[in-house]
Amino acid sequence: MDLFLQQVVNALSLGGTYALLALGLAVVFSVLGLINFAHGELMTLTGYAIFFALAAGLPYPVALVLGVLVATASAVVMERVAFRPLRNSNATVMLLSSFAVAAMLHVLFQNLISARPKAIPAPQFLMRNVEVLGLQIGAVQLVSIAVTAISLLGLTLFLRRSTLGIATRAAASDFNITRLMGINANLVISTAFAISGLLAGIAALLWLFQRGSVDPLMGFLPVLKAFIAAVLGGLGSLSGAVVGGLLLGFIEVGLRAYLPDGMQAYREAIGLTIVIAVLFFYPSGLVPRREAVR
Amino acid sequence: MLLEVRDLDVRYGAVHAVRGVSLAVEQGEIVALLGPNGAGKSSILNACLGLAPRSGGSVTFNGAPISRLPTEIIVRRGLTLTPEGRRVFPHLTVMENLKIGAAANAKLRRETAGRVEEMLALFPALTDRRTQLAGTLSGGEQQMLAIARSLMSAPQALLLDEPSLGLAPNIVDQIFDLIAELKRRGVTILLVEQNVELSLAIADRGYLLASGRIALAGTTAELKSTGRLERAYLGIA
Ligand SMILES: Nc1ncnc2c1ncn2[C@@H]1O[C@H](COP(=O)(O)OP(=O)(O)OP(=O)(O)O)[C@@H](O)[C@H]1O
Ligand SMILES: [Mg+2]
Repeated sequence: MDLFLQQVVNALSLGGTYALLALGLAVVFSVLGLINFAHGELMTLTGYAIFFALAAGLPYPVALVLGVLVATASAVVMERVAFRPLRNSNATVMLLSSFAVAAMLHVLFQNLISARPKAIPAPQFLMRNVEVLGLQIGAVQLVSIAVTAISLLGLTLFLRRSTLGIATRAAASDFNITRLMGINANLVISTAFAISGLLAGIAALLWLFQRGSVDPLMGFLPVLKAFIAAVLGGLGSLSGAVVGGLLLGFIEVGLRAYLPDGMQAYREAIGLTIVIAVLFFYPSGLVPRREAVR
Repeated sequence: MLLEVRDLDVRYGAVHAVRGVSLAVEQGEIVALLGPNGAGKSSILNACLGLAPRSGGSVTFNGAPISRLPTEIIVRRGLTLTPEGRRVFPHLTVMENLKIGAAANAKLRRETAGRVEEMLALFPALTDRRTQLAGTLSGGEQQMLAIARSLMSAPQALLLDEPSLGLAPNIVDQIFDLIAELKRRGVTILLVEQNVELSLAIADRGYLLASGRIALAGTTAELKSTGRLERAYLGIA
């Protein structure tokens, strides 16, 4: 039983990280119809920002905040440089542009920094176990779950309460009519990218706490997973992204924990088969995006 | 002239929807823009707001050219459109739909609460539905919400695209009463309608559009008296 609860905590913490990433993809997709394949590079940028901030002697918390800010700002800059000039062309062109951004950043990371991982040790207090209700739980997992919950709450409040948040939701359903409200289209799109960058930065912190290093491909795998999570939940649906992320976390942790040793080699394949099976029964995802009006 | 459209051309690829249309609306007027399906009425209104591809001609509002401005800036200058088919934000509540109508600038945002009350007084049907999702409103309620949302930006001129479309006769009457009330409050209106009779009853002047061109123009009295409207409508003018 204890082991089971332990796995639930692991699943929530991994799934929560996927959820934050999937949400970032979904926010941009809902407003612009673009799947930003350079989303993972925002995570990697956070990693390097923290690495260099620490190397420069900045205190750990400052480095973390800086890392998240770098991802947020980079997302906004990425939109201006790589997507805004292409806004009137079709979605495929923007998609290719996002591939190009990802590829260029990889090369830059490899050539200007290093192809090898750079260590970012997690702070001491995260290395311990904490006793919760008689259960030994890793502090990292606990922090992950808390940070994910706070991020989701913050995002929900922003989208429900603030004018800009309401405008972002409006733009996701009818972009032209949102402009007809006198709302600056560029501001809404920049906001969507800022949100996605912020979430990628936060997810990067959680990922780094687990892995302890950054390399040029750091963002690739988690964002691939987040993309799967977003599709699983229903592409473009925000609640779907969260559901998909958590479910994927549970599938992966469940398989790792309970699959017999002899079959562990097929874990990823089995996980993806489960995803495909879910999509077979729910072709538009578990919480499909509500029909957009255009 | 408050709104002036000169030699407007709108093309969608090979489709030449609006062909050299000129029209004008004076401060305080209600002007009806009539014409059969596909004549290009919506294209003209959308082009005024920068939402349809204008391939030639110009639009001026308050004496300033607006044809090259982005939609959101045109709206901030006091011209707005309630589009065909209502297009409320279905997954936002009535309240959120209204709020976002006043999001254009800081002054409007400060006045949001007061303006919401004003709109609810003008559209009592919406009062009990503040927290309801707009997509769950009836067609008539959605149309009221769409107009109220447009009015939240305190426009000087309002372009209304077929507000009575698909509504029951008593709701249509309510909508036309409301348009008359807006005129009394000093809002200038360019009204696109299929309901010729009711439109001419409240409009000061009118234009008849056929196949992307102005076929007939004049005061409502002129349009009504000659019988030319019916003939033009049927394409035998
Ligand atoms: N986005 C578009 N792409 C291609 N063609 C379009 C588009 N919008 C309108 N058209 C075409 O332009 C012409 C004029 O359309 P418009 O919607 O302006 O007519 P309308 O007078 O408003 O008609 P209705 O009374 O049916 O609303 C039509 O032939 C229509 O098919
Ligand atoms: Mg029309």
